[in-house]
Amino acid sequence: MSVITPRPPTAQRPREATARRVGFRQRLGRWDVKVSPYLYISPFFILFAVVGAFPLLYTAYVSVHEWNLLGGQGDFVGLTNYGDVFAQPTFIKAIGNTFSIFALSSVPQVITAIALAAVLNANLRAKTFWRMGVLLPFIVAPVAVGLIFGRLFADDSGLVNALLTQVGMDPLGWHSDRLTSHVAIATMVNFRWTGYNTLIFLAAMQAVPQELYEAAIIDGAGRLRQFFSVTVPQLRPTIIFIIITATIGGLQIFDEPRMFDDQGLGGPSRNWMTVAMYMYDVGWGNQKNFGRAAAIAWLLFLIIIVVALVNFLISRRIATSDSPRGAARLLARGSGEAGHTPAADAGRPTSASKET
Amino acid sequence: MRRRTRALVATAGLFGLALTAACGGSPGDADPDPTTDAGSDEQITLTVATFNDFGYTEELLAQYTAEHPNVVVEHVLAARAEDARANLTTNLASGGEGLSDIEAIEVDWLAELLQYPDYFADLSDPAVEGRWLESKVAAATTEDGRLLGYGTDVGPQAICYRADLFAAAGLPTERAEVAELLGGADATWDDYFEVGRQFVAASDSAWYDSAVSMYQGMINQVEFAYEEGDGTPIGLTNPAVREAYDAVLSASTDDGLSAGFEQWQEDWVAGFQNDAFATMLCPAWMQAGIEGNAAGIEGWDIADVFPGGGGNWGGSYLTVPAGGEHVEEAQALAEWLTSPETQVQAFANAGTFPSQVDAYENPDLTGAVNPFFNDAPVGEIFANRSLAVDELGFLPYKGPNYFAIHQSVQDAILRVDVTGEQNAEDSWSAAEQAVADLGL
Repeated sequence: MSVITPRPPTAQRPREATARRVGFRQRLGRWDVKVSPYLYISPFFILFAVVGAFPLLYTAYVSVHEWNLLGGQGDFVGLTNYGDVFAQPTFIKAIGNTFSIFALSSVPQVITAIALAAVLNANLRAKTFWRMGVLLPFIVAPVAVGLIFGRLFADDSGLVNALLTQVGMDPLGWHSDRLTSHVAIATMVNFRWTGYNTLIFLAAMQAVPQELYEAAIIDGAGRLRQFFSVTVPQLRPTIIFIIITATIGGLQIFDEPRMFDDQGLGGPSRNWMTVAMYMYDVGWGNQKNFGRAAAIAWLLFLIIIVVALVNFLISRRIATSDSPRGAARLLARGSGEAGHTPAADAGRPTSASKET
Repeated sequence: MRRRTRALVATAGLFGLALTAACGGSPGDADPDPTTDAGSDEQITLTVATFNDFGYTEELLAQYTAEHPNVVVEHVLAARAEDARANLTTNLASGGEGLSDIEAIEVDWLAELLQYPDYFADLSDPAVEGRWLESKVAAATTEDGRLLGYGTDVGPQAICYRADLFAAAGLPTERAEVAELLGGADATWDDYFEVGRQFVAASDSAWYDSAVSMYQGMINQVEFAYEEGDGTPIGLTNPAVREAYDAVLSASTDDGLSAGFEQWQEDWVAGFQNDAFATMLCPAWMQAGIEGNAAGIEGWDIADVFPGGGGNWGGSYLTVPAGGEHVEEAQALAEWLTSPETQVQAFANAGTFPSQVDAYENPDLTGAVNPFFNDAPVGEIFANRSLAVDELGFLPYKGPNYFAIHQSVQDAILRVDVTGEQNAEDSWSAAEQAVADLGL
């Protein structure tokens, strides 16, 4: 802004009013510099306050009341809802299921994604075709994935058991055994997310300086040695990023296990009921107990904060041990994730309580 | 048990919105000079929200506009009952803003909605007294006599069976003979299971598809299964519950009568093509499900019989939310939509079986046959089955905690019959624990 001192200086002192006016404009200019950046980013935070922070706090308010989906607000009951939730064996089982499915999905997912990315990074014909190909499962709606895999993993008539019998193995009880059901659900998750992670790894691999490989070749490193001693260490920041996002997604897992059978309650023994499904069942199922559902939402929020903190600490350790710049960048990204996502997650349960 | 169509799930996500959009379009033929014959000459639009297929086609709704030129009827269609339910409950909870003038509900939602009757207009009216089966009206009436909804269809149950498998096992195949074989008018569950034992001894197929569905049929003949008349939950203490549980599971596992499927699951669907079972409890609306899953299989037939008398599974109502702008007009429309004449048309459109007593004498209904079921006179059979439901003399009471407790028993049966995780005794203990965990 060019409003400050518009005229060349004169011998006469400017009148006070002018001075004040110029001063005000100066102040405006200073404010412009200081405040405007915040103004520019404010739409996000205003939106977040409305659809993130408010539902989050309102969920907390609901969770300390008796609250029926239809009947609305009841008495203030303090922390009773939280106590009730912890007293339910189903809740504990749901936490176990969630972590089990998470472990079974994210570990093979990351390993397969790195391997696939390494292959895609090689000099292939029709590169773009292969690279887009791995992303195809990602654009399939989770519900459709659930339907397709539900058919594949049917206990008597499913393709997977038919193949197992063909090769002389006993058919597996995909819907009767707890761990096998987790494997089946993790397969759906992996089907959907491996390609997505592969592309992120691929992008990171392409940023690895060629000089490192040249130096490794001069030192006599073979293909495999190059991969483990150059590529993987260079990818560590990206690996941590993938693990953080996979953690957050994994703890909220809902669609795939819900579509795994027709009732969507995790089977007769709740063998594959996750925390998010349990919350939905308590709030919108037979109990219609919004107070308890809100308590579960908050507990899930706290669990995610804890897990996110663990991830934060891991990523900080990497920052000090390995390439500081890459890790610092990641740290910034990682903490952004850790700070933002639990709130966004808690926004999911409350988006419905908002409608109460 | 919720009435679901598995196949619809697949299309729900894809076409749900498209359908809603397609059916939401109003004819747009607002008459500028309305003739008054509906008590009011104001031009109004009434919205009717239904799900699955109620048989309310554009032509049928246009008939109402023809009779009442000042009323345009808009149809809001949800692909699945579950979607409609979520929409209804959340909108009721948030003050009723987004609700239609008429909201269709399923019989299973009544228990929770009856707790909050003020959300709905009282539809009781001398003009409609005696229109429906007694059981249909009683289920939707509050203690102080308010009528929450007008009945549309019912789900009277008969027995569907595979005549070809019966013949192979040396059993009679004619539907009248089969009805007699299963006990005729005095059929009991023991009769049904006994014939099943004869059948499985002579056949590779199971007798019925799912133990849960048998239990469902039995428990629907118990007046107070899990609650006292005032709604007080009694858990699993009713001996009739345990008896039904034991009878079903001993028939299913010890005698091997059950194919061990969970209804609507993939294996169940595949079972229709694999001759996995020979009979099914068969509410009127199940015909479409059997026909779809068993396409290409010949031999299905329907016997006019049901163990233990009558049994109803499913059926719907039309309600009028009290907060609507045009409550009176909506009530008049609901009255018209649930009249015997309209409902017989809906039956012709979508196979929804009428709950209106007069409809059972309508030749369009009594003359209806289903070619897939060996030309069974389904109109006549299910009319008889509907009247048998009323002859039970009482209605199963389904209070606010009914479905939560029922879920525990259902899970227990699934653990024994389908997944085989536990034996009947252990699974019962687990069900008792699950009921205790509900904290009722």
